[in-house]
Amino acid sequence: MTDQASADEKTISVVNEAVQQHGVSRSELIPILKTIMMRLGYISPAVILQLSHKLNLPSTEITSVATFYRMLSTSPRGKHVIQFCESAPCHVVGGNLVWQAITNTLGLQPGETSADNRWTLITTSCLGVCGIGPVMMVDTDLYGNVKPEEVPLILSRYD
Amino acid sequence: MKTYRSMVLISHDPASIQLGADAVQAAFLRELARFDLQDEVSVSLIEDIGKSFASPLVIVYPEAVIYGRVTVEDVPHLVEEHLYKGRIVEEKVAPSHELSGRVAWVSARKGTLPAETRIVLKNVGVIDPNSVEDYIANDGYLGLGNALGMTPEQVIALITASGLQGRGGAGFPAGLKWGFVRQARADQKYVICNADESEPGTFKDRVLIEGDPHQIIEAMLIAAYAVGATEGYVYLRGEYQLAIQRMETAIAHARSVGLLGDNILGSALSFNLHLHTGAGAYICGEETALIESIEGKRGEPRSRPPYPTTEGLWGKPTLVNNVETLANIPPILRHGADWYRTYGTPSSPGTKVCTLLGNLNVTGLIEVPMGITLREMISIYGKGIKDGHFKMAQTGGSGGSIIPASLQDTPMDFASFARAGVVLGSGALLICNDSVCVVDLARVLLNFFRKESCGKCSPCRICTQKAYEILTDISKGRGSMGDLDALREISIQLNELSNCGLGQTAAVPLRDTLTHFRDEVEAHIRLKVCPAGVCSMS
Repeated sequence: MTDQASADEKTISVVNEAVQQHGVSRSELIPILKTIMMRLGYISPAVILQLSHKLNLPSTEITSVATFYRMLSTSPRGKHVIQFCESAPCHVVGGNLVWQAITNTLGLQPGETSADNRWTLITTSCLGVCGIGPVMMVDTDLYGNVKPEEVPLILSRYD
Repeated sequence: MKTYRSMVLISHDPASIQLGADAVQAAFLRELARFDLQDEVSVSLIEDIGKSFASPLVIVYPEAVIYGRVTVEDVPHLVEEHLYKGRIVEEKVAPSHELSGRVAWVSARKGTLPAETRIVLKNVGVIDPNSVEDYIANDGYLGLGNALGMTPEQVIALITASGLQGRGGAGFPAGLKWGFVRQARADQKYVICNADESEPGTFKDRVLIEGDPHQIIEAMLIAAYAVGATEGYVYLRGEYQLAIQRMETAIAHARSVGLLGDNILGSALSFNLHLHTGAGAYICGEETALIESIEGKRGEPRSRPPYPTTEGLWGKPTLVNNVETLANIPPILRHGADWYRTYGTPSSPGTKVCTLLGNLNVTGLIEVPMGITLREMISIYGKGIKDGHFKMAQTGGSGGSIIPASLQDTPMDFASFARAGVVLGSGALLICNDSVCVVDLARVLLNFFRKESCGKCSPCRICTQKAYEILTDISKGRGSMGDLDALREISIQLNELSNCGLGQTAAVPLRDTLTHFRDEVEAHIRLKVCPAGVCSMS
């Protein structure tokens, strides 16, 4: 079996399981996409096509939903996703300096994935922990009161 | 059930155990007994804290102070200072960057705050949010019992008499909204809790759900009874993982003890509650966008009217209330409207949960009576400006007003703020000292709006982008005096032509920048100088 074929099989089983878990109703589209996102890392064209058959919805409709929400991605992401809060409360307490430290350390611009697929860097709006800004999130780990010099230390904790 | 004054949590993951967590626990029990505090302070172990570099950790509630690394030798001092004398041992507070993501934000504030007026936060940090028994032991579901002894009309009359206004930002009278849904004729009605809190600087709803999820369920039951709904949704922001877990647990517990389902408390009330988690979109906090999102679509706001109170979820009458609004309902049902009106001001009764942020010595979440002034907030709760002088405040999140220091004595309630042309909004108070540049701040805010605009209506989509470009030019020393007129024009177009609140409120920071800080903007343009020294000007 080639890698391509096994990937497709995985896609098929993940989509089937997600639909089974949530049901085929239109209102379950977003929960289904979130489940697939968690399992596969992104919403591929193959996923959209298969969902379109399963839910009896036009694939354009699914694409339009998948591209609307920030937590859904239609392109592959790196092993670790760094989210940096660029909203005003973090900005005024030194967020821009932390942001510079992150981009300098990784050599990435917002939305980019590193060549070795290790990091994806994205900016986000408020993460809801403004009392301890500036705030960054690596995968599901949240870091508050971040200082620019702490950025390399934080990133070194992830392989 | 036993109640404790303080709660001590000791990390008990494998790493902590290796570093002596068990001995630390034994030392706490011994020292607490020495000060005769064993009946006032509980000691528990927490097993899953994630990977921390300051283990073993000791977390003390209700202050939510995190100590680490704690050794047996530290314990006598911690018990005597913190638990006996009530003083936080600053030198043992764990360095935040050494903490894992699971605990780093536990306190959500820097430093401690003086006494507050806690109505909606009464239980937060005091009871176990994962225990329905704890909630019931603290007067939980008593309000529901009272409501079921009244007619739905009496419940609505009580809410109306209390003067409760929507806490999501607009301040719409809650009783009036409930009445609209009550009067709408339909075979099915819905109650939705709007917990898609995405307003930058606001995290009150997260803390309310994480700390006291049953309060929201109780309020939704009361609302369902009053308006005649049998189905409800909690639309919870997707990023709030812990709040999602707590709400899931609370709903399951409520269902298992018969507080959700058919014939609740032996009455005719039947109510099912569903949890819907968001997928990351600020605009879904707008109630019609939220409804679209529950229906599985892009979160684009509908044209109004019809309002959700007559045509909401799946075309049925729907009551949409913010988390904090709902959290006020059970206390009102327990104590009555007259009691509620003893807090706050005549036009805005009750309290407001605010987030104090920015250049302050103490930042964090607090609950204060309506009508308090910004000056009091800064000096009493914020313990003064950190470094420099108070220059400006932004109230109410990204779409809030930017106000100069001269307006800091305006009472914080919906009516007084409206008279002064200030938006109270969600209760976020971003306090800035003189190291913050107003052009830079406005640029960051417009960057937010340009990214979060859903793009459905062109005034919002185009004007937010255009304003961001102009502000970027000004911050780089490429501005012209004509830009000021252009920004003014854009703010008017945004306000008057946008379909929903996102575009309309994006106009507010623009308008305020030009009204209160025009000279600072002009300095960028005419002199090519940023007075605060923030903008690169090149």
